[in-house]
Amino acid sequence: MSLNIIHSGQVITACLDGEIDHHTAAGIRNQIDQAVVENHPTMLVLDFKNVSFMDSSGIGLVMGRYKVISAEGGELAIVNTSPQIGKVMKLAGMDRLAKIGTEEILNETAK
Amino acid sequence: MKPQNKFTMRIPSKSANESFARVAVAAFVSQLDPTLEELSDIKTAVSEAVTNSIVHAYKNQIGTVYISTEIYEDRSVKIKIRDTGCGIDNVDKAMEPLFTTVGGERSGLGFSVMQSFMDYLRVSSKPKKGTTVIMKKKLSLKVATNG
Repeated sequence: MSLNIIHSGQVITACLDGEIDHHTAAGIRNQIDQAVVENHPTMLVLDFKNVSFMDSSGIGLVMGRYKVISAEGGELAIVNTSPQIGKVMKLAGMDRLAKIGTEEILNETAK
Repeated sequence: MKPQNKFTMRIPSKSANESFARVAVAAFVSQLDPTLEELSDIKTAVSEAVTNSIVHAYKNQIGTVYISTEIYEDRSVKIKIRDTGCGIDNVDKAMEPLFTTVGGERSGLGFSVMQSFMDYLRVSSKPKKGTTVIMKKKLSLKVATNG
């Protein structure tokens, strides 16, 4: 599991890469939080394009980041989920916390 | 009904083995030629059950997680994941969505995922003896292809 954080104006995008389970989730959590707390973005984007697997540990990861970005007054977006990851997100009701979709939703927000 | 094939393994409850466990079960089930979605469902459910044993059953220790997978002629798959850890006091409570006993970022959705991604889920547990999770899924019929 690796992570690449991209800063673009007031938006921070965390590009996740690999498989997200209980073993791997812990390692990336702090890096994302640090970027959010230091930069106060208006939006945190979690990009799942390169995530090949996720179980409910990923839901814990998303819910935790939602709390952090909300405390900073920002929004959370989830983009590029595979059908498997989308199914886990839907089961957990993540669409109630975050914008979910493709990268286009970010452009709409920027308008 | 007797299984047409069976696979058993036991692994130490190290979190690094979560990935190995789900991939090993998926590789075995692959001989039934499941769809990608069916295979993902099975991998996700196995990951949840094994993670429960690691995070809850053997909270502060390393124990053994026993996994068996049986496949049947009618294209059904039966997966049993067992530990001899701390057990669950109240299984019904543990299976409620969002219920979790540990802090951190556990979502409390493990059993919900197993229930929703598999056709059948049975959890039996005795405090201080351990927990056994049995899951079943019937795979869709293969579509005949030419050639």
